[in-house]
Amino acid sequence: MAKTNTEDYLRMYAQMVRIRTFEDTANQLYLSAKMPGLTHMYSGEEAVAVGICEALTTSDRITSTHRGHGHCVAKGAAFKEMFCELLGKEEGYCRGKGGSMHIADQSNGNLGANAIVGGSMGIATGSAFTAKMLGRDDVTVCFFGDGATAQGLMYEVMNMAALWQLPVIYACENNGYSEYTATAEIAAGSITARAEAFGIEAHQVDGQDVLAVNTLAQDLVARARKGEGPFFIELMTYRYHGHHVGDINREYYRSKDEERDWKDNRDPIVKFRGWLVDQGVATEAEIEAMNAQIKQDAAEAVDYALNARYPAESEVDMHVYADIEHALAPHTA
Amino acid sequence: MREITLSQAVNEALAEEMRRDDTIFIIGEDVAEAGTPFKVLSGLVEEFGTGRVVDTPIAEPGFMGLAVGAAMTGTRPVVDLMFGDFIYLIMDQLCNQAAKTHYMSGGKMRAPLVVRTNLGATRRSAAQHSQSLHALVAHIPGLKVALPSSAYEAKGLMKTAIRDNNPVVIFEDKLMYNDKAPVPEEEFLIPFGVANIKRAGTDITLIGTSSMVQVCEKAAEILSREGIEAEVIDPRTIVPLDEDTLLASAKKTSRVIVVDEGHQSYGITGEIASRLNEKAFYHLDAPVMRMGAMDVPVPFSPALEDLTVPTPEAVAEGARKLMSGELIHAA
Ligand SMILES: Cc1ncc(C[n+]2csc(CCOP(=O)(O)OP(=O)(O)O)c2C)c(N)n1
Repeated sequence: MAKTNTEDYLRMYAQMVRIRTFEDTANQLYLSAKMPGLTHMYSGEEAVAVGICEALTTSDRITSTHRGHGHCVAKGAAFKEMFCELLGKEEGYCRGKGGSMHIADQSNGNLGANAIVGGSMGIATGSAFTAKMLGRDDVTVCFFGDGATAQGLMYEVMNMAALWQLPVIYACENNGYSEYTATAEIAAGSITARAEAFGIEAHQVDGQDVLAVNTLAQDLVARARKGEGPFFIELMTYRYHGHHVGDINREYYRSKDEERDWKDNRDPIVKFRGWLVDQGVATEAEIEAMNAQIKQDAAEAVDYALNARYPAESEVDMHVYADIEHALAPHTA
Repeated sequence: MREITLSQAVNEALAEEMRRDDTIFIIGEDVAEAGTPFKVLSGLVEEFGTGRVVDTPIAEPGFMGLAVGAAMTGTRPVVDLMFGDFIYLIMDQLCNQAAKTHYMSGGKMRAPLVVRTNLGATRRSAAQHSQSLHALVAHIPGLKVALPSSAYEAKGLMKTAIRDNNPVVIFEDKLMYNDKAPVPEEEFLIPFGVANIKRAGTDITLIGTSSMVQVCEKAAEILSREGIEAEVIDPRTIVPLDEDTLLASAKKTSRVIVVDEGHQSYGITGEIASRLNEKAFYHLDAPVMRMGAMDVPVPFSPALEDLTVPTPEAVAEGARKLMSGELIHAA
């Protein structure tokens, strides 16, 4: 097996484990009341973010959702700044102003998590427009859920993206649910057909298979760079936790058996780990060592974040406007 | 009297009205089995079925528009808008369509619907889930706007809203869903445009809306210990606004602070202050003071979020300044 491939595979594995570990740690923080606000877990969907983001360069852009930790990690963010953000600390990616639902790591091309369902579809399409207009070869990936396909904005921007052949990939993470409602109850017809109606090439892929996602993404990203976009991907996946951390009693909309089946039989990390060992890419011992290292990284980052400073009070009216330091200072805003 | 939570009060109001009038239906995201994320609607689908408690896709302009059309043709929709922040998505249907139906048709058509949604910060929900946008809709002629300040108010105002023949937007405070208050078992309605004098006083008037009523009451307690007797008034509805009660109080005490959780600039506090200045100027011993949320998006970090909303201490401090005459010659 070629060395480069080995590195890619191991990095993809590590990135998936980093997402899962980040989430488990965040969940603990929340449950022990150390984390303010609320948060939506990505666990179960790791192969989607990693399979796609590993096909992107640092300057390629993504837009993310309320379930955004996975995208953020997959696009290259560091634990320390992420935990600081979740805890509202000054060293967080958004200086504590965004929190879980608005986390964004600009330095890696992440245009931000968005707490408005469907809210980033315009942003992603606009980012692709910039690339085309300025002659950059960046591609933008727009992540959103199956529930978000009900938003009219998507149809307005897909129409323009198709008319103008913009380098954007619409990545629909179909985890089977939109909050507390099954997808079948809120989406009529086929989701890929909706994109096809605009002449957009659409694919459906197993979102638990990181290699399948990555192979497709590599191909579509390359083609989008050449001006053959836009594209649409429906990724079939599953979220292990409730809609958000407080959604504990959920049997009225989804059964424990169904949850167990996905966790036991279709876990993207377990599946890929098995494949890596089978193929001789890594030994069990190497994988265990990798997992342990990531756990330790997360623990250190959390410790750091818990002890980090909150922003100074004077930050409250900073960043309201660009080029104005304090919005509420006399004679500024 | 029994005490129930604001959630239960809203739930009861809806159930009672739906039993009374079978043209009423509820529409919104996860309103049926889930009963909304705040669980306010729990149990209603069991009684009224999915035909009248209607789950929608995440398509706010769509179901708002549908409600306008339904209202124009003989039903009475209650639109459940999960977060007040999503008002921005439904603006066209609410403001261009619902608000103008009656006027543009020369009084021949009407759109009797209720939008129930929420306002309020201090839940660490960050800038896109913390806004208080009632001033935005209060600006549009044709819409009525109610701001319940307790479980009792929430029930009485909701029942009135449902029976009103105009589009009404009700904003509940997210932090108050579990707050209990005495609510009578027997039927009652709270008329629109009638303010509630929560506490009588002689020295200064504190006008608060929604959860700021509590803030004003707490400020009044602080002030009372210092020998300042504040009158606390809850307007209950900001459209229509009970100007008479507000003016009478302003004339009585001669000093007024208006406290609201919307951003201070171009907001409710400015509107009320302005009306008092126009109509009670010569009775005032000091300029009417406004206290709103800071003019910044609501930050996530607890260290910052708490700074953005008026507190009882800040209101009390404002009152002291007004009482001491400090502000009169400030310019
Ligand atoms: C415009 C808007 N409407 C409603 C909500 C409340 N809400 C947050 S997440 C969510 C469900 C989203 O489902 P989906 O797009 O499938 O993403 P998933 O949560 O499954 O990842 C809803 C209704 C919101 N945040 N924004």
